[in-house]
Amino acid sequence: MKLNPPLPSTGATASTMGTEPRNVVLSRSPRQLAWARFTRDKKTVVAAVIVGIYVLLAIAAPILVALGVLNPYDNNQDLIANDSLPIGAFGGISWDHPFGVEPGLGRDTLSRIWFGLTFSFAIAIIGSFFAMLLGVVFGIIAGLTGGWVDYLIGRLIDLTLAFPQTLMLLALSSTVLGILTTVFFIPEGDLARAAYVILVLAVFGWVGVARVIRGQVLSIREREYIDAAKLIGASPMRRWFREVLPNLWAPILVQGTLILPAYISTEAALAYLNVSVQQPTPTLGNVLQDAVRYPVADFTYFIIPVLVLVILVVAFNLLGDGLRDALDPKGSR
Amino acid sequence: MSTPLLEVKDLTMHFPIRSRGLIPRTVGHVPAVDGVSFSIGAGEALGLVGESGSGKSTTGRLITRLHEPTSGQIIFDGQDIAGWTPRQLKPLRRDIQMIFQDPYTSLNPRHTVGEIIGAPLEIHKLVPKQGRLRRVQELLEIVGLNPEHYNRYPHEFSGGQRQRIGIARALTMQPRLLVADEPVSALDVSIQAQIINLMKDLQKEFNIAFLFIAHDLAIVRHFCPQIAVMYKGKIVENAPREELYTNPQHGYTRSLLSAVPDMRQAVVGGRRERIRYTGKEEVVTTTER
Ligand SMILES: Nc1ncnc2c1ncn2[C@@H]1O[C@H](COP(=O)(O)OP(=O)(O)OP(=O)(O)O)[C@@H](O)[C@H]1O
Ligand SMILES: [Mg+2]
Repeated sequence: MKLNPPLPSTGATASTMGTEPRNVVLSRSPRQLAWARFTRDKKTVVAAVIVGIYVLLAIAAPILVALGVLNPYDNNQDLIANDSLPIGAFGGISWDHPFGVEPGLGRDTLSRIWFGLTFSFAIAIIGSFFAMLLGVVFGIIAGLTGGWVDYLIGRLIDLTLAFPQTLMLLALSSTVLGILTTVFFIPEGDLARAAYVILVLAVFGWVGVARVIRGQVLSIREREYIDAAKLIGASPMRRWFREVLPNLWAPILVQGTLILPAYISTEAALAYLNVSVQQPTPTLGNVLQDAVRYPVADFTYFIIPVLVLVILVVAFNLLGDGLRDALDPKGSR
Repeated sequence: MSTPLLEVKDLTMHFPIRSRGLIPRTVGHVPAVDGVSFSIGAGEALGLVGESGSGKSTTGRLITRLHEPTSGQIIFDGQDIAGWTPRQLKPLRRDIQMIFQDPYTSLNPRHTVGEIIGAPLEIHKLVPKQGRLRRVQELLEIVGLNPEHYNRYPHEFSGGQRQRIGIARALTMQPRLLVADEPVSALDVSIQAQIINLMKDLQKEFNIAFLFIAHDLAIVRHFCPQIAVMYKGKIVENAPREELYTNPQHGYTRSLLSAVPDMRQAVVGGRRERIRYTGKEEVVTTTER
């Protein structure tokens, strides 16, 4: 059932088609196209490389500690002067201690920051995982159902946002830590404290994710290709899995890369408020918590962890933005 | 006239306005379509024209049963489908299809053209798996696209080409009625004629009936011998094209006509009268073949 003769109206198009080589069709999937856009953006590529290095460092740290290359726990009183500051210029920088040593105990700063990176990453990744899980599930449910379910989730989001977070998590930390150790049998100390931070990240973090995902689901549902799917007789299941879901992966990925650095800084803030994992176990947060006491007396010790954190957060955010631009260049389409 | 393919009787769609809350209440209604009646014979084309918000799209979406009407009858091929459930509608989907206005949001960016056009075959198990590609390529050729492009994604095509893909998808199941909701208004003027001619050819070739929705008369006059004018949810005039042009009965129709660029006046020059429709008037329907 072909149309013949060739349509006069479509002649223009048909003839241009004809001149095109028919066999060599260079076709790129949305993924390949996103990759091309991603690699075209220098800033994002640099950010991705930096993030990659950070991740590799965080993975390598425990191995290096086990091998004795890194020594985050050993005191070096011989490197500390009587005023409890490190001996030597720039916070006691030397071949053995490239970032200098900690004032007071004389522990190797590089080792503490490097190993601290591992703990900070672990906490932020687990926290992000649960925040994403809750956020994506609630966001999808709210976006798909609408009506009173959507309304309830919306109010739950408002309630979470209205919660005086900082105040409550300080006030509740001992109570919740108690519950974590007695009810959930999480060993007291670092594990329980890490679990508390993860809980805080997840409980307050899912809200933002849920909002974004809900908005995405609502906007995708309004697209005409969903109507087209209904019209060809696609079941609700098929519409959801074949039409909506494939368009959600990009925003989910972008959200993930954006909340991870946010959670690394949140851990630092919580450490400052004394609710995160405590010394001697290092995290970026508790190293910083100690370092900010010496902005003048030991500037090197102060500035290095700050730079490590700032570079990490900036690189992650640039990566997240770059990913969003690459995956979703027109904002919504 | 023998029994038409589609007969719409007193069709009404009142969208509820619902309050947001734990227990949403209906606080009012938008009477988008308000007692509309018309009919389309097999292989014929009816133009539905009216200003923005007059209820044209809603009418089209009611006929394709994307909406369930508040009241009225939609008699397709002798059966009233107005109250049918999704399950009852599924086999009917083969007969009534739609061409959408926006070629950018009407194709899923994550699916290849082959997947988009082939989906109906998969859902209705019309063609065995091995035959699907051949059918997809055949359809691509019918709508004037390169059949080798089945593996491409929508973003690789221009607006006009995307609209052809949308038309191919609608053709897959060999429908008897196509609702085309402003199928060219998102396209370049230079492309519009190509798409309209394509639809015209398809109509002739496959004997497909069309409900062609547009917001001005210029677009439909080459396509539809019969034109219905819609205003505020009602059809105010339904007449053969020539009659509508030479002797418009309703004030709103006259105002629509005055907006259509006139060749003779453009050549001769001089002032053109623009009529604004403001008041109420009797509904005038003249149908004659
Ligand atoms: N899903 C809906 N819920 C509530 N109101 C709706 C819905 N769809 C349409 N309406 C309302 O119904 C009326 C008619 O809309 P419709 O889209 O049918 O107009 P139209 O003639 O197609 O206009 P346009 O030329 O802008 O496409 C409008 O007032 C619109 O706001
Ligand atoms: Mg419309």
